[in-house]
Amino acid sequence: MDMHLSSNNGPAVESNESELHSTGPVRERLVVVGNGMAGMKTVEELLAKAPGRFDITVFGAEPHPNYNRIMLSPVLAGEKTFDQIVLNSREWYDANGIALLTGEAVESIDRVGKMVVSQSGRVVPYDRLLIATGSMPFIIPVPGSTLPGVIGFRDLADVDAMLAAAAKGGRAVVIGGGLLGLEAANGLRVKGMEVTVVHLMPTLMERQLDPSAGMLLQRELERRGIEVLTGADTAEIVGDEWVSAVRLRDGRELPADIVVMAVGIRPNMALGKAAGLDCGRGIRVDDRMRTSDPSISAVGECVEHRGVTWGLVAPLFEMAKVLAHDLAGGEGAAYTGSVTSTKLKVTGVDVFSAGDFSGGVGTEDIVFRDAARGVYKRLVLKDGKLLGAVLYGDTKDGAWYFSLLKDGTDVSAERDSMIFGQGFGGADAGDPNAAIAALPDSAEICGCNGVCKGTIVKAITEKGLTSLDEVKAHTKASASCGGCAGTVERLLAVTLGDGFTAAPKVKPMCKCTHHTHDQVRAAIVDRGLKTMPEVFQAMEWTTPDGCASCRPALNYYLLCAWPGEYKDDYQSRYINERAHANIQKDGTYSVVPRMWGGLTNAAELRAIADVVDKFAIPTVKVTGGQRIDLFGVKKEDLPAVWADLNAAGMVSGHAYAKGLRTVKTCVGSEWCRFGTQDSTGLGVKLERLTWGTWTPHKVKLAVSGCPRNCAEATIKDLGVVCIDSGYELHVGGNGGLHVRACDLMVRVGTEEEVLEYTGAFMQLYREEARYLERTAPWVERVGLDHIKAALVEDPERRRALNARFLFSQTFSQDDPWAERAAKGVDRHEFNLLAEVG
Amino acid sequence: MENAVSEPAISETVWTQVGSIDDIPVLGSRVVRTPGGDIALFRTAADEVFALEDACPHKQGPLSQGIVHGRRVTCPLHSWVIELATGEAVAPDEGRTGHVPVRVEGRSVAIALGEAKLSRGGCRKACGHV
Repeated sequence: MDMHLSSNNGPAVESNESELHSTGPVRERLVVVGNGMAGMKTVEELLAKAPGRFDITVFGAEPHPNYNRIMLSPVLAGEKTFDQIVLNSREWYDANGIALLTGEAVESIDRVGKMVVSQSGRVVPYDRLLIATGSMPFIIPVPGSTLPGVIGFRDLADVDAMLAAAAKGGRAVVIGGGLLGLEAANGLRVKGMEVTVVHLMPTLMERQLDPSAGMLLQRELERRGIEVLTGADTAEIVGDEWVSAVRLRDGRELPADIVVMAVGIRPNMALGKAAGLDCGRGIRVDDRMRTSDPSISAVGECVEHRGVTWGLVAPLFEMAKVLAHDLAGGEGAAYTGSVTSTKLKVTGVDVFSAGDFSGGVGTEDIVFRDAARGVYKRLVLKDGKLLGAVLYGDTKDGAWYFSLLKDGTDVSAERDSMIFGQGFGGADAGDPNAAIAALPDSAEICGCNGVCKGTIVKAITEKGLTSLDEVKAHTKASASCGGCAGTVERLLAVTLGDGFTAAPKVKPMCKCTHHTHDQVRAAIVDRGLKTMPEVFQAMEWTTPDGCASCRPALNYYLLCAWPGEYKDDYQSRYINERAHANIQKDGTYSVVPRMWGGLTNAAELRAIADVVDKFAIPTVKVTGGQRIDLFGVKKEDLPAVWADLNAAGMVSGHAYAKGLRTVKTCVGSEWCRFGTQDSTGLGVKLERLTWGTWTPHKVKLAVSGCPRNCAEATIKDLGVVCIDSGYELHVGGNGGLHVRACDLMVRVGTEEEVLEYTGAFMQLYREEARYLERTAPWVERVGLDHIKAALVEDPERRRALNARFLFSQTFSQDDPWAERAAKGVDRHEFNLLAEVG
Repeated sequence: MENAVSEPAISETVWTQVGSIDDIPVLGSRVVRTPGGDIALFRTAADEVFALEDACPHKQGPLSQGIVHGRRVTCPLHSWVIELATGEAVAPDEGRTGHVPVRVEGRSVAIALGEAKLSRGGCRKACGHV
């Protein structure tokens, strides 16, 4: 019996019994619309439960037998052939007496007459009808979206279209950085195309991955030569006869020979809707998978069940089981929804997620990062149970976590060790040494110098090494950023047993990491870490997004290391640096305009007076840094206050910044009978040089015109004392909690030298001091000799430091007040979200 | 609405729309002004939204101006750390600030002011914090 009837030569009406099946008429007739995974899984389950119960006819719109749709990505990437992903061959349909009609879509359902009509006019009656029409790619309705060359990623025809385009080379733009889009992008890249992924959200696969894992994935794809644009909104697809480019909302235009649209799927419910079945976002079904017409069931991506639509294979299979039970005449089976997990099918990229990892009330995170192996794991727990899991780089325990999660297993007992994976419990639970012992010799321990475990162990045993420093000296492991020092120490412990005594512990940056400030800074520079998530991963942070202590520090370190390149992270700034004013105890702010070298004039004073009147500012005070502080300004008034001050030529005084505050001066030789040099003029020059810089902590300068030192220059971070023969430069002073007089660093003869030394000193402090360390404790910690060696005894280094300082200043000398007052930067900071009641 | 004239049941929560989640920066905060005082809305990296009374239990510092990390905020005045979900201060500090139920539907954020557990809490022990 030949079941493969051509779609265009059938009679207008066919009797299922008489022509398609020769067996007796007593059997019920089941018609399945849709030859995809959900429909055929149902048929398979049904055949197993109740063989011979139905005469079965299957309509498939695609001209193929049933195939594993989720394996289309490996077909695109050339790792599998189509034949390898066929689930049921035509022979299987024959053997099971199923009439398969491929290349033939069903056009309508006659619910009264209980029959379906196909596109060729074929009419097939049914007793039970199953709709399994799946979904369609969602095509975003921008101009040009219907141009030839715009492809979805749904079926084999799409894959063929992509392969044909890839054969010609050129550029592909994939719109959508979700599961399907990234698999398409990878496949096209493997096939030799230049690929750009355009993704609307800030991180890739944001529905399945948290930002940390999304960032790792993005770096890996970029390493493979795929360009990734996040936060990119498609405005238009450009082209005449064929697509030629994608234009983004921000005006960027990306040339494209093909565009793959993979932004999501929409349930394909047209058939059900036209038949008058109850539909929402999909065809609505009950827990038995029946539609509003009890003789019609629906399954898979085309249904809406309890308000939810599904696009992953596991839920479809769970639905299929329930439905087969119902079709077989069984009672009591109910589909109640699914817990799902996701895996990205890109060879060499291991990504897994399951459950809900968005957290919520009462949840806790367990985070594990192994920078050497590129591993990130995050488990979300609540009430002793696993709620969600995100795994990157090592997904072998995904199935275990998923089963714990689905079963709602109480994991309180395993809590401390479960992040290390299954089988890590018992006596060794949580023992990091055991994890190290289990690593293969080829495991890379030191990422900076590429040193493997085997090399280190060999050096320890053959050369009799007993300390971290010796391992550093012999193998270079941990000799650069020191990020792997802990791992090396554990290797020593594992290799030497009791013969090893660990070095005294150093104080970590914060509770998120076991690394010190200096180790983290060294890693940022040595390993080229340029974003905060990269630092979190490389330095094995134990929190998803750091804390209020490490984030401002990291933001500064990155800003200092990569001037002009690193994008400042607004939310990692203290409030004063976000609001560009100083928060006061009542939540109001104080405003200090800059007065260069302490100089002001009538116009500035008049403008300040007007601002005080206009905004009813309650307190005006002269500061110790020779300028005027306006207290009690309401936050929402700040931009308007700044606008008025800007209009009179004044800019931010950065009185709120971990940066250059003031340059205090005395009047000097211009007026003073004792003055030896123009201290005021030099102060203005120094302030022009250094304003706007970001530093580990605040920096105050001063210039005194003679050794009487009226500007108190010797308790400043850098103080200049003018003398007859030139200038004395004093550093590391502080008039605060612990008063410290400066150390005299050097005497120089010219203003130019003063400026060069100042730039170099600022840069040395910027590069070497820890965040929130003033110059005084820094100078005490490293010693004056260290500073002199860098600045006084090594003119070349001094010039290089100054050059780096001047370069970084080219990015920082924009008045932040003007940007906010006139250009509306960060407007949200100063406005209420809403006012209610 | 079908029963527009009937009074809502006593147990029914009244939700007040306050804006879109996109108006709150990730790991940031915005303020909603109400007759009962300012409410700070926080958005975490995982796109959860929480609402607290905009006053630290310690010295009433505006929590909306703090740094958000994980599901906590650090007060800008004296660095107390407050749980966004409950308003509880993280040990060793002790105290609780009021929290307000939040509902996010699509991108739209609503708060239930009637359900708010507002308490101008203070430091429960004489801990000497300044």
